[in-house]
Amino acid sequence: MYELTNVTKTYSQGKRTVTALKNVSVSIPNGQMVAIQGPTGGGKSTLLQMLGALDRPTDGTVELGTSNLSTLGDGKLGKIRATEIGFVFQGFNLIPTLTAQENVETALAPLGIPASERKSRAAEALAAVGLGERLTHLPAELSGGQQQRVAIARALVKEPTVLLADEPTGNLDEDTRDDIMELLEGLWRDRGLTLIVVTHDTAVAARAQRRLHIKQGVLTEVA
Amino acid sequence: MFTTYLRRELAGRRKQTAIVAIGMALAIALVIIVNAVSAGVQNAQATVLESVYGVGTDITVSQEAVAPTEGEAGTGGPQRFDFGADDGATTDGTTSVSQSRLEPERGTTTFDASALDTVTTVDNVSAAAATLALSNTSFAGEVPDMAATDSTDAAATGTMPAAGERPAGGPDGAGGSAFSVDSFTVLGLDPADEAVGPLSSVTLTEGRTLAAADADTNVAVLDSSYATTASLAVGDTVTIADTDFEIVGLVTATTADAATASNVYIPLDVAQTLSGLTDQVSDIYVQASASTAINQVQSDIETALPDSTVNTQSDLASSVSGSLSSASDLVKNLGLWLSLIVLAAAFLIAILFTISGVTRRTREFGTLKAIGWSNGKIVRQVAGESLVQGLIGGAVGIVVGLAGILVINLVAPTLTAGAATSTEAMGGPGGGPGGFGEAAAAAATSDILLSVPVTFSVILLAVGLSVLGGLIAGMIGGWRASSLRPAEALRSIA
Ligand SMILES: Nc1ncnc2c1ncn2[C@@H]1O[C@H](COP(=O)(O)OP(=O)(O)O)[C@@H](O)[C@H]1O
Ligand SMILES: [Mg+2]
Repeated sequence: MYELTNVTKTYSQGKRTVTALKNVSVSIPNGQMVAIQGPTGGGKSTLLQMLGALDRPTDGTVELGTSNLSTLGDGKLGKIRATEIGFVFQGFNLIPTLTAQENVETALAPLGIPASERKSRAAEALAAVGLGERLTHLPAELSGGQQQRVAIARALVKEPTVLLADEPTGNLDEDTRDDIMELLEGLWRDRGLTLIVVTHDTAVAARAQRRLHIKQGVLTEVA
Repeated sequence: MFTTYLRRELAGRRKQTAIVAIGMALAIALVIIVNAVSAGVQNAQATVLESVYGVGTDITVSQEAVAPTEGEAGTGGPQRFDFGADDGATTDGTTSVSQSRLEPERGTTTFDASALDTVTTVDNVSAAAATLALSNTSFAGEVPDMAATDSTDAAATGTMPAAGERPAGGPDGAGGSAFSVDSFTVLGLDPADEAVGPLSSVTLTEGRTLAAADADTNVAVLDSSYATTASLAVGDTVTIADTDFEIVGLVTATTADAATASNVYIPLDVAQTLSGLTDQVSDIYVQASASTAINQVQSDIETALPDSTVNTQSDLASSVSGSLSSASDLVKNLGLWLSLIVLAAAFLIAILFTISGVTRRTREFGTLKAIGWSNGKIVRQVAGESLVQGLIGGAVGIVVGLAGILVINLVAPTLTAGAATSTEAMGGPGGGPGGFGEAAAAAATSDILLSVPVTFSVILLAVGLSVLGGLIAGMIGGWRASSLRPAEALRSIA
């Protein structure tokens, strides 16, 4: 359950200040699938950072369950990211020198889980995204769609309550895009996740229960 | 995860690993070589000093030579040998003359032996011995018998040479003549004293050394290389100041390559009598009771004997000359600076490459933070990578450094070292152009093969430096990585 109240985020670049979010108030119940749309530079990624405990708002409050993400220290935010929140990025963001399985394991490393359990859970997560046969492949040896599957396995292996995806299909071709969206939707449905997807793509947004639009930092509900 | 990630990074980014490691390896190798060569040169210096001044000697006392005042003959004046009409033995129309004379070494000033008692009473002096450095010069030659030549000439011409005119025969005449001048150094020392002084550091190769009972006796101990040159052996006789001495022993410097302080060693009292320098000495060798007391002993002696020059071992070290001294300077200055510069460059390379690596991996570290990695975990990862790169460099550097040392030892460059005797080091008027004055310096000149030791501490230093370099680079890189915002991960760089 997210509760955002009058969230404002400004970035100052020298003399210029950019207001990326203006007085955003929104509430997202657990288990909802939400699509966020809007033009480039509208503030979608900034909103996702607030939701993902990656940054604190300049003003207003962001609550996830009982935690106030706008006032917690870096260490506490890190812990929430490690346990509650899964991220999927547009550029996959896999570590190029690690194998698929090791990349997935990095999500379990901060949790103090023993190595053998880490390995088996990573293998299971990869099997769940259809990459059970690709454990020892390096990212460069995988296609874009496969890399995004590894990233999804990495996001879900710790069994978070929230999955945040920033344009997860932005770097993929159309066929792969549908595969990935189907995978995300399936996982959302099976696991009861809160799924928040930022997307340019209206076809992708159409799958969501709820659609939000953000332009020049102002959030509006799409009927 | 830490080791897996570390291993994958180092293997996956070989070029970066190689560059950092090579830089570090070069620096470490250089540090090892410079350090070892420096130790080798120092050992060589110590060897030269020990062979000249004795192992236990901390301080030497001598007296500055005073420049001769005008009109007065200084010690550096020409040598003269006067032969009276009855000197020499005549056979077959040729007169053989020979004379040998014992005089202070050129540039040496002697002083009263009572100075030894003064030195002995100084606090913290544990032993002191006085010596008298002399030079024996012998002149031997054959001249045609004047009487025989004259009679021949007179008979032939019937005229006597006019006044002021040289006889036709004689040294520059048709009669022919031959002279030889030979010189060697003689050191008079107290035969009872073995603890300190030039004979305290030598190795007896044959016979015996001087003993207390030798006082007032005509016995001599020879430097074995001089003995070889002069074809003398134990039991033979050596003539000093027209007096025959029995050779009772031969000595060499403790290390085979260095010469001992003098060619011949005789009891001090005999030396004083034969040279006419009754109760005179030229040097006092002093041993302090503790190395910490050396400075105090030096200044106390200077106060007690205001005319004297008091040198410590460190003063003496500066008197070691020749290529050994140049090598020492080279190693100390150039080597030290070069290794410091290369070390700094290697550290800088490691730091810059680590920082550029972190910058290149901004998104990677942002992602790790986004999925919950703590700053500490990221710092450890980056520092670990740099540390291992440094250690690889250190290991390669040690191998290269040891190989370099091996090459130096195989080549074994020869250094010549002249350890000027304490009197000469003061730059008195001694050592006239060529001739006899050089004998003193020659006695102390040694060829030393540079041998470069490998010590455990040098290896330890190398490992320490590579760890330090790796850690510095790692801490800086890690700090950069940990100060990245996790939001960097969302920056849409495809
Ligand atoms: N770290 C930052 N520093 C300065 N300005 C930023 C930063 N991140 C985002 N912005 C600005 O905030 C606005 C919103 O950006 P963003 O949330 O990335 O938009 P979107 O994801 O919708 O394209 C843009 O004008 C962008 O330039
Ligand atoms: Mg964006």
